[in-house]
Amino acid sequence: MLPLIVVAPMLGAAVAALLPPGRLPWLWATAVSWFMLWAAVGLAAQVMDLGVLSYWMGGWAPPIGIEYRLDPANALLALLIALLAAVVLPFAGPSLAAEVPERKSPWLYAAMLLFLAGQMGISVTGDAFNVFVFLEISSLATYTLIGLGRNRRALTASFSYLIMGTVGATFFLIGVGLLYALTGTLNMADLAARLPDVAATRTVHTAYAFIVVGVCLKLALFPLHLWLPNAYTYAPSAVTALMAATATKVAIYVLIRFIYTVFGPSFAFGEMPTVQLLVPLAIVGLLSTSVVAIGQANIKRMLAYSSVAQIGYMVLGIGMATATGLTAALLHVFNHALMKGALFLALGCIAYRFGTTQIDTFRGLGRRMPWTMAAFVAGGLSLIGVPLTVGFISKWYLVSAAIELGWWPIVAVIIVGSLLAVIYIWRVVEVAYLQPAEDTTRCEAPLALLVPTWLLVGLNFWFGIDTRVTVGIAERAATLLFSTAAGGAP
Amino acid sequence: MSFLAHYNYHLAIILAMIGLYTMISRTNLVKKVAGLNIFQVSVFILFISLGVLDGGTVPILKEGYSAYSNPLPHVLILTAIVVGVATTAVALALVVRIHEAYGTVEEDQVQAKDEEP
Repeated sequence: MLPLIVVAPMLGAAVAALLPPGRLPWLWATAVSWFMLWAAVGLAAQVMDLGVLSYWMGGWAPPIGIEYRLDPANALLALLIALLAAVVLPFAGPSLAAEVPERKSPWLYAAMLLFLAGQMGISVTGDAFNVFVFLEISSLATYTLIGLGRNRRALTASFSYLIMGTVGATFFLIGVGLLYALTGTLNMADLAARLPDVAATRTVHTAYAFIVVGVCLKLALFPLHLWLPNAYTYAPSAVTALMAATATKVAIYVLIRFIYTVFGPSFAFGEMPTVQLLVPLAIVGLLSTSVVAIGQANIKRMLAYSSVAQIGYMVLGIGMATATGLTAALLHVFNHALMKGALFLALGCIAYRFGTTQIDTFRGLGRRMPWTMAAFVAGGLSLIGVPLTVGFISKWYLVSAAIELGWWPIVAVIIVGSLLAVIYIWRVVEVAYLQPAEDTTRCEAPLALLVPTWLLVGLNFWFGIDTRVTVGIAERAATLLFSTAAGGAP
Repeated sequence: MSFLAHYNYHLAIILAMIGLYTMISRTNLVKKVAGLNIFQVSVFILFISLGVLDGGTVPILKEGYSAYSNPLPHVLILTAIVVGVATTAVALALVVRIHEAYGTVEEDQVQAKDEEP
């Protein structure tokens, strides 16, 4: 089951590329994504029962062979990727049919499945070099997908993402190479066991620096986020939704995995200035990109900047170096995917009708597209962190983690960040509901687009009210990441 | 002395800096891709250097030899080369598309064309 969740989309991509152009590749990709969801749910349930699942590639025992390893932390991530893929792909059919020429559809869905295979691969692998390979598989697919955007700026956005993304991945590779030079192993658990003996060397410090900077480029931590706004703005709507919901989250997971499992918190926070580096950058990024978001005329771009700000919250949680902070970060990874997924899908509905997401097109949309705008407002409330939504849950945990540490200024920063979110969401609400439209005919998006959008909105409230599943997994994952670090090898 | 003893690592660092500098300073997109390639090659050299053993031979079991180079970094780099080739291919394909859409591959001219109404 465990390798199948990576192999299925990878082989599925090859099949999708051979299918005739039209609806068939889309139906096939959707079927594969539903299979992935079914597999991910099964695996997550098994992990909650058994603790850790391990699969040895080709029967070779780790640390010599490559190991796939699933524990609560990456089970949550695998579940997230599969869930978002299973919701966004049905949406992608009609939405991408309007934005990308039909003859490209087999390759389009092949690239989408490859993207999912890469993301899934990163989340389940227990091998450091494997992370690099899967990172590049999913990144290459992403560059292609962004380049399919209608505006020609999509091409330059994709190119600059390619340059920065490859530099980030290569930095990561340098770090892995230095670790291998010292320990002679690439297996994460084995690395964690052998690193403490050599932790005082300059090579390990350098390796840590390369890995953290490389991954931070991938996860778009301020000020390494410059590729993100253009890439999100000009990519096709469904691609943006999928990328915003999963790609940066997977990079966050890699950061967590390397800080907590491979290097261990005592090295990362004791010997290296991780807190002093991550926390200020997270705070500056969170506040500055929220302010920049307020001034954007293109709403898709506004949400892209808001994504960078939300990444600030997650990195803040990681930088707190406590179990509660890590729980908050993991929760926000999951919850932010749900809210941004819903928001970008709502924008996709608007782009489907008008072909643009400029603020001018929103005039009077509250009456013209009531369901789409209601979904946007619900997603926006979740982004702000209103009670009963998932946004409230993760901010609540983040604030309590900050209070636990006595970091009162951080609590203020989180609240100011939420207030800035109120401002940029309100801007859209004001234009959509209070300004009159020139043309008042109703033009609601088709049901095929509304159902996936509302499904995600529904999940925003579901996991906002019933937090047992998400908080349960996140708490177990956080305690596991801390306990394994203290007790040597996981 | 120790500088010369580790000359391959120093070369890798110099190559990496040349690559990074090219990517930052050149406006021509093809040259940026070339810089990216140089940067990646420097990492390949770093990895291959790791596997070398003084007096070691190719890792094939044969009588009369007891010291072998470590083959694993070489295998890793084979994979990384494939990744690099794929990245270059995608990058050059994007450059071709940019040339079709803008009529130029100079970054500043592309930006100027985007700013025109």
